[in-house]
Amino acid sequence: MITKRIIACLDVHGGRVVKGVQFVDLIDAGDPATQAARHAREGADEIVLLDITATHEGRATLLDTVRRTARELFVPFCVGGGIRTASDAAQVFEAGADKVSVNSAALADPTLIDAIGRSFGAQAVVVAIDARRDPEAADPVRDAQVFVQGGRKPAGRRVVEWAREAEQRGAGEILLTSMDSDGTRAGFDCELTAAVSEAVRIPVIASGGAGTVVHFTDVFARGRADAALAASIFHFGVSSARSLKEELAQAGVSVRLPC
Amino acid sequence: MRVTVIDYKAGNLTSVLKALRHLGAEVEVTDADLAPVESAERIVLPGVGHFAATNYLDSTGLTPAIRAAIARGVPFLGICVGMQWLYAGSTEAPNQSGLGHFPEQCARFSESHEKVPHVGWNSLEARPNSRLLAGVESGEFVYFTHSYKAPVTSDTAAITHYIEPFASAVERANVFGVQFHPEKSGATGLKILRNFLACEGEGTR
Repeated sequence: MITKRIIACLDVHGGRVVKGVQFVDLIDAGDPATQAARHAREGADEIVLLDITATHEGRATLLDTVRRTARELFVPFCVGGGIRTASDAAQVFEAGADKVSVNSAALADPTLIDAIGRSFGAQAVVVAIDARRDPEAADPVRDAQVFVQGGRKPAGRRVVEWAREAEQRGAGEILLTSMDSDGTRAGFDCELTAAVSEAVRIPVIASGGAGTVVHFTDVFARGRADAALAASIFHFGVSSARSLKEELAQAGVSVRLPC
Repeated sequence: MRVTVIDYKAGNLTSVLKALRHLGAEVEVTDADLAPVESAERIVLPGVGHFAATNYLDSTGLTPAIRAAIARGVPFLGICVGMQWLYAGSTEAPNQSGLGHFPEQCARFSESHEKVPHVGWNSLEARPNSRLLAGVESGEFVYFTHSYKAPVTSDTAAITHYIEPFASAVERANVFGVQFHPEKSGATGLKILRNFLACEGEGTR
C-alpha cells in the first residue's frame, strides 16, 4: 500500500539551516548536511532544502551545500530557491538533487516547467505554490490568490487554475503552502489542500501550519494530501519523523514504518 | 567490484552513481562508447523519464552490445525505465521496442480514482529465492515514481500493489530489473544494490 510521506524541510540561508517566523528573527539551526542526514536517519521519507534568500551571488554556496547534503543521503532530495532557468536546474541536479522546486520563476515563465520536465522527467519537477485565501472571491478557497517573492507580491493567478496548468505542463508534484497557516502551528489549510488535490492527478504536498499529530491526520484525510511537509516541529529535537509516523500509524494512517 | 553504468541521456545519473560508489563499487560511465560494455563485469541501466528515450540505445549500437553482455552472463540491473526496457516494449512509446528479454509489454496504470503517477514509498512482496532481494523482508518499503509498469509473470521477483498488482522487481538468471529507485530507498535500497554488486556472473573476475 502506498504510504503518506512525511517530508522534512530545511530552510537554508547562506549555507546554514535557519528557522524564523515569516522569515524574520532567523535562528541558526545547524549545518544542512548534518541536519538532512539526521532527518533521514530519524525516519523522514524525503528531504526538501529551500534556499530562502537565493541570490545570484549565493548560487555557488547553494550548489556546494547541495553537493555536501546529497553525498550521504539515500532518500529523495528536492532543492528549491532561485532556480530560474533549465540550466540552473541542471546544475542543481548535477550537484545531487533528485527534484527541483520552482515557484516565482515558473509563474513568470511557465514554460520553465516544460523545459525542466523535458530534460529531466516530470518526476523531477515540483511546482511550489504559495497561496492565500481570497475572501473577496466567489470561492475563497479554489480562487485563493497565488503569491510570489516569498509571499510578498500577488501573482495574479488563482490556485486551482495554476495547479492545473502546472500539471499540464509536466509538473510531477505540487508543493502547496498555505500562507494563512504558515508559521501558526495551528494546522494545515485542509480545504485549500483538498481543493488542489482534487483538481489534479499528480501528488500534492501540504505545507504550512504543522503543529501536532492531529494536524497531519487531518490533512491526509480531509485535505487529501499525498505528503506533508514539516519544518519547525522537527527542529531542535522537538519531535522526529519516526515518532510522528508511529503516532500516525496508531491513528490509522499508512506510513513507512519501520524506517 | 567494477560496474558499468550506461548513460542514455534520460535524466540524472548522480544519485545512482553516488549510491554505487558509497557501496565501494568502481564505477565507469559510458554513453556511446561500446568498449566498456564489451568488457563489463556488471551493467546498470538507470533511467527516469520517457520510454522513447531508450531509442538512444538502438541508435548508438548499445542494444546489441548489452544483449551480447547478457548472453555472456554479465549481471545486468535495469532501474525504472531501465527495467521496463527489458520487456518487449511499453504502451508509452508503441513504436520503440525494448530489449525483449522478457516477452511482455509494459502499460500505463489502469484508470481509477487513484493518482497517476505512483509516487512515494510502497512495500514489496519479494519472491523467497530472489538473489537480488535476498534479506529483504516482505513489507519493506522502497521509493517509486512512475506511471507505467510491468505485468506480474513467472519472472517477477517482487509484487507491489497500487491500483493493481504489478512487478516491482523482475529476475531471471543474471538479468534483474527494479521499478523502484534503490538509490533513493534508504537502507533497503542499499541492501538491494549490494546484493546486485555481489552477484557473480561469467563476466566478473
